[in-house]
Amino acid sequence: MSLFKEMRRGAVASIPMIVGGIPFGLLFGSLASSYGLSPWFAMAMSSVVFAGSAQFVAIGLISIHAPLWVIISTTFVVNLRHLLYAADLVKFVKHLPMKVRVIMGFGLIDETYAAVRPLYGTRVVDEKNGHQAYLGSFLSFYLMWNVTTFLGVMSGELIPGMSDWGLEFAMVATFIGIITPYLKSKPFVLALLSSAVTSVLLVGLPNNLGLLVAAMIGVLVGYLSDLRLGKCQLDKAEEVVR
Amino acid sequence: MTTVDSVIVIAGMFLVTFGIRFVLFARAHKVSMPEWLEKALRYVPVAVLTAIITPMIVMPNQQLNVALNNPWLLGAAAAFLVGIWRQQQLLTIVVGVLVFFISKYLVGL
Repeated sequence: MSLFKEMRRGAVASIPMIVGGIPFGLLFGSLASSYGLSPWFAMAMSSVVFAGSAQFVAIGLISIHAPLWVIISTTFVVNLRHLLYAADLVKFVKHLPMKVRVIMGFGLIDETYAAVRPLYGTRVVDEKNGHQAYLGSFLSFYLMWNVTTFLGVMSGELIPGMSDWGLEFAMVATFIGIITPYLKSKPFVLALLSSAVTSVLLVGLPNNLGLLVAAMIGVLVGYLSDLRLGKCQLDKAEEVVR
Repeated sequence: MTTVDSVIVIAGMFLVTFGIRFVLFARAHKVSMPEWLEKALRYVPVAVLTAIITPMIVMPNQQLNVALNNPWLLGAAAAFLVGIWRQQQLLTIVVGVLVFFISKYLVGL
């Protein structure tokens, strides 16, 4: 029974971002069909690859007839951030059976990381049951993503022009909803500002490389200001002691 | 695209995506995180997600537009303010999307 309870906890924590993902999935399906890609291809991408923003970038590249190696290496670059999510989660999964880790790896998306990581952080779940909440979050996203892709493919064939509605703004709003709770201390604000400015300055770099560089600069700025701030606090503490 | 090409794209995208997500989990018992890395990783989500969305917000037509006729900017600003103020994801998303579509409609008039 506790398996169901924990899975439900993970799914409930994901609801806001599932709602944000619905228009995004519809858009993916309708864009794929407006680019003339077959319905099974769009469905295969959502069910086998399961990587929202990378899927968008990929069908954009396919529509301009980019070579296969460019499509696949761009996917690699766009998804490289998931390596960093995995690195953060390793301490919670290392004792789990390999089968569970395979499923968790397959389902490691921004939204599930954002929904489940705080549950560990606030001790709502721990190493013993956190993966169950994770699976609940993953399955609900997986279901939503595939159903909306399918509906998008179908409605894209029925409602031309749907891809111009600006549905991808839902992804922007979802990501803002993930970011804002972090902005309680200076290093996080500085990480955000430096990443934002760099991403715009480097937007012209090929294959979305600007995204990766901007992200690394954001992490570096956050980390360095964190160190500096920590040091200042130590100095202050020493002054008090004196 | 030919069927063979389609299969290669799906298979290739699956391999790199799953590979990235799974490689550390696969060797999890052998991975031990140094403290500095753990500290640095806390900044990853903010930095990555910001880098994805900022160009979409301030240059929706591949050109910098920070004026009030940019619905992306208005919607994002509204979502950001609500997010800072209330920190409820659903409210943040709903308000942002509403402001976006209303201003998109008004700009189009």
